[in-house]
Amino acid sequence: MAGAVIAKGDLPKPKYNWWRHWGEETFAAYAFLLPSLAIFAVFTFFPAIFSIVVSLFRWNMPMKAAFIGFQNYVTLFTNPIESQAFLQSVLNTFYFALGVPLNLIISLLLALLLNRKLPGVGIFRTAFFLPTITSMTAVSVVWMWLYHPAQYGLFNSILSSLGLPIQMWIRDPILAMPCLIVMGVWHGMGYNIIIFLAGLQSIPHVLYEAAEIDGANAVDKFRAVTWPLLGPTLFYVLTVGMINSLQAFTEIDVMTQGGPLGATTTMAYYLYQQAFQDFRMGQASAVAVLLFVMLLVLTLLQFRYVDRKVYYE
Amino acid sequence: MSEITLPAKSTRKDQTYRLQRWLGNALWYTVLIILMATVILPFIWMISTSLKGVNEVFAYPPTWIPQVLHWENYVEVWQEAPFARYFLNSTIVAVVVTIGQLISCSLAAFAFARMNFKGKNFMFILFLSTTMISTQVTLVPSYLVLKQLDWLDTYQGLIVPFIANAFGVFMIRQAFIAIPHELEEAAKLDGCGRLRFLWQIMIPLTRPMLASQALFAFMGNWNSYLWPLIVTNRDDMRTLQIGLRYFVGSEGSTQWGVFMAAAVLVSVPVILIYFLVQKTFVESLASTGLKDV
Repeated sequence: MAGAVIAKGDLPKPKYNWWRHWGEETFAAYAFLLPSLAIFAVFTFFPAIFSIVVSLFRWNMPMKAAFIGFQNYVTLFTNPIESQAFLQSVLNTFYFALGVPLNLIISLLLALLLNRKLPGVGIFRTAFFLPTITSMTAVSVVWMWLYHPAQYGLFNSILSSLGLPIQMWIRDPILAMPCLIVMGVWHGMGYNIIIFLAGLQSIPHVLYEAAEIDGANAVDKFRAVTWPLLGPTLFYVLTVGMINSLQAFTEIDVMTQGGPLGATTTMAYYLYQQAFQDFRMGQASAVAVLLFVMLLVLTLLQFRYVDRKVYYE
Repeated sequence: MSEITLPAKSTRKDQTYRLQRWLGNALWYTVLIILMATVILPFIWMISTSLKGVNEVFAYPPTWIPQVLHWENYVEVWQEAPFARYFLNSTIVAVVVTIGQLISCSLAAFAFARMNFKGKNFMFILFLSTTMISTQVTLVPSYLVLKQLDWLDTYQGLIVPFIANAFGVFMIRQAFIAIPHELEEAAKLDGCGRLRFLWQIMIPLTRPMLASQALFAFMGNWNSYLWPLIVTNRDDMRTLQIGLRYFVGSEGSTQWGVFMAAAVLVSVPVILIYFLVQKTFVESLASTGLKDV
């Protein structure tokens, strides 16, 4: 390059060739994205927007839809009859979500127990993971049998043998929700344990050795090393758990159908009842939009976990 | 080694330490065995009940081991409800969704990992945003879309909406990014096109990730409940999960032996697959570990 002397204007100005720069590759890339994109458009984006639109209509199928603005939302919160059922479902949703921190505590304790290199530890890990991979429908059917209200139900027979009165379990308005929570913890802890074990094993061993040299005991080590370094994992498990809890449906539909006396009707189940039993599409969509807002907040919180993880690394 | 002389007899301190450790391990095993038994209990009760006769099911106090093994409960499941049909439906749906997801996710992941194009960031955010929109939220409009397409009670209605999966795209993209760029340049020089490169080089190299994605897709669809509940009405289009729910719901809740046999049949395939793939997981992990060194 150094030797060549080129007078200005000798060379034609290279024409910017959009097709060569972007065209072919962009075209190919969109062809690669097309299958996913087409399905998302029809089954995710359009329904998401349409949900918001429908929530502004009174649409009791098979009647025609009529625009009513925010009336569906107003009804949910202020109509004496509607609001009672809806607010009850909101309360039930939060009540059901109490299973998430409970699950978190139990699975953390189990993960701490399982985080040892002794022969046979793999068998224990698999055993705790077994409920998680079993279908919720099958699990619900099995627990309906465990919770059977007659004396021969397994839990009742245990109570009887201890001389305690038998219970109605999922047919009792007070006990139904705790019953679902206990079953949910049993079903979900396997996943949490796996995540916690991965988190625990990623903590550098040097830190524990350093703490030992400083004379720390097991509790000190947990408080000073494990807990803070596991923070992001805990946060992740908590938000994912909440997101799943807000969407819980199968166990409610199989075991209680929202009953007894609406004691287990969560927002997700209320939505389903409104849409597919009462065919009130507008009202159901309003509940869907509110549920979406709650899920959105939780998801955005969960994305923050990614940032924090980067910070720790 | 000869420089270190071990004491001929272990000191008392050593002995106490060893005893402590032995006791600690014994306690650890005891606690875990008790906990494991508690967690497994519902499974044992399910299997035990599935082999009991009508009278023994309602016996009080309950028996853990059936006096006579009633294998006919399992036969009865197949006779009383079209469980063979449910099995076929679930298998078709889960297998096709798994294959379709692997194809659509690999293609999109390749575009995001290895190509430069206009609107890439926007597309990425668009894909990301789909993870925030759950089935519950779009339930009503999705159902209406399916109705418009006349896809209710069809396989495509059960399959097509689940072919696209943003999580799958991100996971596979992550694996694709880790593959060295030199490979791609070499392949390009040899005149290898994008699709062939993806098929012959990228996919074989990321097999462990694809296997775990396949497992997630299969399990998720085999176990899925809400969508098949809403889009199927006809008995012959029901999947196993929905079939089980109506089977248990319709029988006046007395035949618990047969119900439990049905629950066993519904849950066994996924558990079996998990155990099969778990082994290949470990193998593929070991082999990639060696490659890195």
